[in-house]
Amino acid sequence: MDARTEEFLAHVQSGGLVEAGDWMPDEYRKRLTKFVEMHANSELMGVLPERDWILRAPTLQRKLALTAKIQDEAGHAQLLYRIVEDLGKPREACLDDLIAGKSKFHNVFHYPTKSWGDVGVIAWLVDAAAIISQKALLKCSYAPYARIMRKICWEESFHILHGRDVVLTLVTGTDGQRELVQEALDRWWEPLMMFHGNPIPADDDPMVQWRIKSQPNEEARQQFLEGYVPQVWELGLTLPDPKLARADDGTWTYTEPDWEKLMAVVSGNGPASAERIAFRRLSRAEIDWVSRTVLAEAA
Amino acid sequence: MSTVVFEVFRRERAGAPMQHAGSIVAPDARFAEVYAREQYGRRGESTALWLVPREAVDEIEDFVDEFDLKYRRVDGYSIKERLKEARERAGAAAPRAG
Repeated sequence: MDARTEEFLAHVQSGGLVEAGDWMPDEYRKRLTKFVEMHANSELMGVLPERDWILRAPTLQRKLALTAKIQDEAGHAQLLYRIVEDLGKPREACLDDLIAGKSKFHNVFHYPTKSWGDVGVIAWLVDAAAIISQKALLKCSYAPYARIMRKICWEESFHILHGRDVVLTLVTGTDGQRELVQEALDRWWEPLMMFHGNPIPADDDPMVQWRIKSQPNEEARQQFLEGYVPQVWELGLTLPDPKLARADDGTWTYTEPDWEKLMAVVSGNGPASAERIAFRRLSRAEIDWVSRTVLAEAA
Repeated sequence: MSTVVFEVFRRERAGAPMQHAGSIVAPDARFAEVYAREQYGRRGESTALWLVPREAVDEIEDFVDEFDLKYRRVDGYSIKERLKEARERAGAAAPRAG
């Protein structure tokens, strides 16, 4: 490692921040760009599982809340692609790579939704898992990303309440409604357990070394379990892992997820991956005339 | 594609300063206004926005600290010691009225 890079590393490791115009080591820029790009992709793709339910929402209020949530996610994708652009990768290149399957997005958005129960479980627990990661990113060494995370975290605050409200409405409804939630939980638990990634010790995780991530994967998962498993169990719902338990020292034990399966899913081999990417490809082609018209008119 | 980066500033409530909030890309000022209203105003979170093309912003980043400027700072004055001495001279250990 050359002297300038060592100095940069010492700077970020002692809490120093980096702005868009600052010099940064190539490795830092590459890793950061890939990370924010994956986040942007995830916001964009995260729209799709929920979008399916706008026309099938059970009440007008739910339709409005769901639409607003989706609008927020699309907006967050815009904000995050903007950050990637300032790091040197144009937005069009990001969309090209997403559609070509060359870049990744979070595992949870590679799965289909089957019922309104899924909508509640996703907005409650997937968003909860995401908020834990996003709160940790408030301490990211790259200041533009940390600042935009404050905006994103504030805007996401109603999303999780909407999800929890949907779930609580269902579990205090008919047996059939309750069953929708339980069935959705049984399917979503595995991807939720995988969401924060395989455990990597902080010293071995370059993302933590560069202070892009301030929280190792396992710590995030433990925080998720500690916060949300009791909330699931107190509703009388079950989770499909017989080993899931809280030890006396406060740590949660669980059946080890199949990490190779996670890798396969985020590489585009999830149950809904192909369908979702195909949708993106199609909608991009369909709206191409809009961007061409806008740019021509503005010229 | 010719798009312009606009820096967005927002005022959160009456009396608050304009603060840098982020940036957007748009082909021109008309589209910039639409996008800024979406991203930084649709939740009722701002009372005002400023949009400034990034190239119009002049940045100053180098500040040279040649002198010890402690006289400009609150921690540059050692009042406690001198006050103790002054009180002793005035013949009292603690402050008194009159």
